Amino acid sequence: MAIDVATVKKVASLSRLREDEARLQSLAGELNGILGWIEQLNEVDVTGVEPMTTAIEMPQPMREDVVTDGDKVREIVANAPKTVDGFFIVPKVVE
Amino acid sequence: MSDLTKLTLKAALDGLKAKTFSSAELTSAFIGAIETANPALNAYVETTFDKARAQAAASDAKLARGEGGTLEGAPLGIKDLYCTAGVRTTACSGILENFVPTYESTVTQNLWDQGAVMLGKLNMDEFAMGSSNETSKWGNVVNPWKSRGSNAELTPGGSSGGSASAVAADLCLAATASDTGGSIRQPAAFTGTVGIKPTYGRCSRYGMVAFASSLDQAGPITKNVEDAALMLQAMCSHDVKDSTSLDLPIPDFSSFLGKSVKGLRIGIPDEYRLDGIPAEIDALWEQGIAWLKDAGAEIVRISLPHTKYALPCYYIIAPAEASSNLARYDGMRYGHRAEGVTSLTDVYEMSRSEGFGKEVKRRIMIGTYVLSAGFYDAYYVKALKVRRRIAEDFTRAFERCDVILTPATPSAAFELGDQAKAADPVAMYLNDVFTVTTNLAGLPGLSVPAGLDSQGLPLGLQVIGKALDEGTVLNIASVLEKAAGFGAKPAKWW
Repeated sequence: MAIDVATVKKVASLSRLREDEARLQSLAGELNGILGWIEQLNEVDVTGVEPMTTAIEMPQPMREDVVTDGDKVREIVANAPKTVDGFFIVPKVVE
Repeated sequence: MSDLTKLTLKAALDGLKAKTFSSAELTSAFIGAIETANPALNAYVETTFDKARAQAAASDAKLARGEGGTLEGAPLGIKDLYCTAGVRTTACSGILENFVPTYESTVTQNLWDQGAVMLGKLNMDEFAMGSSNETSKWGNVVNPWKSRGSNAELTPGGSSGGSASAVAADLCLAATASDTGGSIRQPAAFTGTVGIKPTYGRCSRYGMVAFASSLDQAGPITKNVEDAALMLQAMCSHDVKDSTSLDLPIPDFSSFLGKSVKGLRIGIPDEYRLDGIPAEIDALWEQGIAWLKDAGAEIVRISLPHTKYALPCYYIIAPAEASSNLARYDGMRYGHRAEGVTSLTDVYEMSRSEGFGKEVKRRIMIGTYVLSAGFYDAYYVKALKVRRRIAEDFTRAFERCDVILTPATPSAAFELGDQAKAADPVAMYLNDVFTVTTNLAGLPGLSVPAGLDSQGLPLGLQVIGKALDEGTVLNIASVLEKAAGFGAKPAKWW
């Protein structure tokens, strides 16, 4: 399952990353190297094995559906690149 | 007064309680040591000396009244992965270059609640992705250790390289670190320090910058095993702000130290005897086995048949989780935003491309690929199934033994700028071959320095325990520590 430059470009776009052509070329090689090495997992028989999604089995903790925090507008926008009056300023999304 | 920096955490706490010296004196000794060493070692990326002096004064007032927590007045270093309120926290990434958290991580809050003093933030691989500290936005850390007769600068390991280097060079009494695939234990082994990753869920991940959430776990790097028990005790807690935090009693870890290990069964996994591992690493392992036998433990050969699949399995799961976790860096609410572009997609793509380093981008792309339509089952789900196989290996092995002994790393510290490892990501990833299995299985693992190689560089042994059995892991490590008599320190060249 070799990855070509077009695939790397698509993956970069899905990742919201922009790489120049030269870097895309070398990334194709690197990703093929890593994925080729990963292919050895196909040797493992996993018939009937449940996927393991958590390191330690435990029930999901539940809590009362009540407000525990809030009124922190200043803290929330404190690190934003652009704000006005406690709002995030973002690029135009809809024309 | 500079001798104070050489104290262990335990000795310093005893001295503070006995008023042999004050926290202000201790803190100022560390500030002096950092000012001298940091230009050479680059262990700290941010120092908080004013805060440290204020905390030390408050601790001295408490100690004078005979009050104080378990770490009262002890100056510590904090890995830059932990959010510290009002103190810049970057995870050593350009994308968080100017990020100043408005809240405190639970682990660091626990330390301050016990009276600890913060000296500053410690360097690390960007987002904890790396084994040599060379992916840090702020430049690599340098290992205080050097090969005999060589002046070449060595890596302190990664990702907690700043933590390991600072503890080894006496730039703090102890440090926080974090471990996703070996990021506590490999740097500890490379610097002659002790590092423990506890059972997944023992420490809250709240306020730790996320890399791979099902694998990330906090832990300390310290000068010896006794200190590791003290630090771990303070760091662990149940936390409602982290739904994976364990709501279980936390035992007194120090109380396990010094217990007899007579009759304890030590598992030796056949699959950890890898081709191409230096003979010195094998010899150290044999030595460790002999020490534990001498102490009355029983040696049991065990098999962990899926060991060789752990790293490839990890390099699907960790990047997959990372690609999802790092999607939050969009240049909108916090973090770097690109200038000079206007469309939404351009701002996303340019902000992320400018902010993230090469290794982080590579892992985001691997993660995106293995999660993408058509590959999700072949890669991601497959890896999750192999992960269970790996965990089951341990469950079966622990029916026959109480702890497992392995080497910590496949080599001693290597040179910074290693071209072979830079050119081949897989060669760099192999650093974690002995450590990554416990992250996948969620088990506690500890690296303890056990000897020097022929170049005079420290080597570590790893002790792996059953889930929640950090106490036995620490006790076995202290037996090894005593038998090894490891007291070596790097010769001061900085």
